[in-house]
Amino acid sequence: MTTATATRTGTYHRSYRSDQRLVQSHAARVRLLLALVVLLALPFVLEPFWLTVACQAGIAVIAALGLNILTGFTGQISLATGGFLAVGAYTSALLTQRAGLPVPLSVAAAVLVTAAAGALLSLPALRLRGLYLAIASLAAQEIIIFAVRNWEFVTGGNDAISLPRLELFGFVFRRDFHWYWVILVFAVLAVVTARNLFRTGAGRQLMAVRDQEVAAEAMGVDIARAKVTAFAVSSGYIGLAGALTAHYTGIVTWERFTLEVSVLYLAIIIVGGLGSIAGTVYGAAFMFLLPAVITQTGQRLQSSYPSLIERLPAIQIMIFGLVIVLFLILEPRGLDRIWQRVKGTLGRWPFRY
Amino acid sequence: MTNFIQLTMFGLSNGAILALAALGFVLIFKASGVINFAQGEFLLVGAYVFYAAVVVLGLPWYLGVPAAIAVAVVLGLIVERTVLRPMLGAEPIAIIMATIGLSSVLLGGVQVLFGTAPKARPEVLPSGSLAIGDIQLPWDRVVAVLIAAVALTAFSLFFTRSRHGIAIRAVADDQQAALTVGISVRRVFALSWALAAATAVVGGILLASITGVAPTLAGFGLVVFPVVILGGLDSVPGTIVGGVIIGLLTAYVGGYVGGGLQQVVPYVVLVLILLVRPYGLFGQARIRRV
Repeated sequence: MTTATATRTGTYHRSYRSDQRLVQSHAARVRLLLALVVLLALPFVLEPFWLTVACQAGIAVIAALGLNILTGFTGQISLATGGFLAVGAYTSALLTQRAGLPVPLSVAAAVLVTAAAGALLSLPALRLRGLYLAIASLAAQEIIIFAVRNWEFVTGGNDAISLPRLELFGFVFRRDFHWYWVILVFAVLAVVTARNLFRTGAGRQLMAVRDQEVAAEAMGVDIARAKVTAFAVSSGYIGLAGALTAHYTGIVTWERFTLEVSVLYLAIIIVGGLGSIAGTVYGAAFMFLLPAVITQTGQRLQSSYPSLIERLPAIQIMIFGLVIVLFLILEPRGLDRIWQRVKGTLGRWPFRY
Repeated sequence: MTNFIQLTMFGLSNGAILALAALGFVLIFKASGVINFAQGEFLLVGAYVFYAAVVVLGLPWYLGVPAAIAVAVVLGLIVERTVLRPMLGAEPIAIIMATIGLSSVLLGGVQVLFGTAPKARPEVLPSGSLAIGDIQLPWDRVVAVLIAAVALTAFSLFFTRSRHGIAIRAVADDQQAALTVGISVRRVFALSWALAAATAVVGGILLASITGVAPTLAGFGLVVFPVVILGGLDSVPGTIVGGVIIGLLTAYVGGYVGGGLQQVVPYVVLVLILLVRPYGLFGQARIRRV
């Protein structure tokens, strides 16, 4: 295989069929298998702290995919991810707790409800673009959180809703070890469906809207329909992530869905790579590993610098901002692009180009 | 009636500070087309530098204010040079995220230096209240409104009368034309950031003197969005009108309706304006043509 990659100068396709293949090369298949093996082995190797990080990152992958479909692939900026996560989480939690629906049903319902809410937000998006849309979605975020906090008779207001442990067919999902498999299945499904979405005509219409709205319209793309679809699909993913968070953590409170969360998800897709499915996964992993690593380092340094620990949250905020700014200036196309470059350099080695 | 007048005073003072923050925002947007999500953090930096100068170092206010403005202006210039200039011509999402990242850096930096606990407010504005009949108006609010009015007038005059102000307007109008008549667009961008930082600092100092110094002050920056959308993203008088309207509206809603509704009212206004008149009350209607 090494000889094959050393002489390869790129990926060439001789037919549309090969261009559309899910896995483009032998090397890619090997890498995917390796990644799968690692993912399957993780829960047996990781310490509890890191397993929790893995679970959170897994859920984040789903929501970030949703946001990337909207922002990276369709070009519509949204600062309302936190709000939609709240819609998903609260819908699922309330249906389980108040209506006594089985969890899988209420999760499915949460996906639908959030998708509908997203379609609703898409209505202003039909008239607004760019900066104005960003500001409109900011308003949507604030209004959703306000509704959650003040509609006490339904959401419990500022009080958290606590949910019982998930139980399916007599099996109780008690620990991160159990949840990891649930989250893994959903995350992999989300990645595969998102990847496939952009192999279809509907998916390519979204990218056409992003690249040049007028040209897309001239080619017969129904812009309004494409945008509503993008918003609905994107919010569906985010709703699923919200519902999973609700049942995974067992506690639903508005504080988990603030504007900072929306910003975190935008940071994930920027760091990972706008308009890249693989990049979304790298971005989520990176943005969840980073604070975990900082916390661990801080705790290790605690003995030598005792004042460090109370400054740690502030340092986290600073580094978070720095990472965003540095990525935007140095590599606006994110980790995905960096990986492509590394791959290219390694594949051509020992030649420079 | 007493209640009404007091609420009006509160609304006016908040609105005046909002207008100052919004003015800086509009300056940057007009000159360079950048939406600055870090405006609230500039306010915060100003408040903390002022706090450090007046409370920690014990300087008198007439040294503290210039010190805070100087620090903010330098910060504004650094930000423009290191973050925004490399990103000239980038997509809106990239620029929005850059300023959001910047706001995190500033917020984190302030918290690293000063901690998260609220600080004593610098006692600069007069205390006590002004009694007119049986109406009590707190002096600090009255003075804050006056200072903000003076600052807003000064900035507006600068904008319409001085060479540099006219240069900013020229760049806002047509960058290429401005370049051909010998205006340095780079310098105008730098100037707009410096001025925006300065207005934010004046707002931050007033806010800190009224409500105290805490990291939560940065949240004020978000309410700038309803203000500028209402007034028009590229309109200087719009910031004053928008600031006062939003300030009064939140004060009245808070006073007469309550229940936290005052926090969401600005955003409801924002959505309505975007739906009905996206360019705001005084903004230039830009028609998109192909």
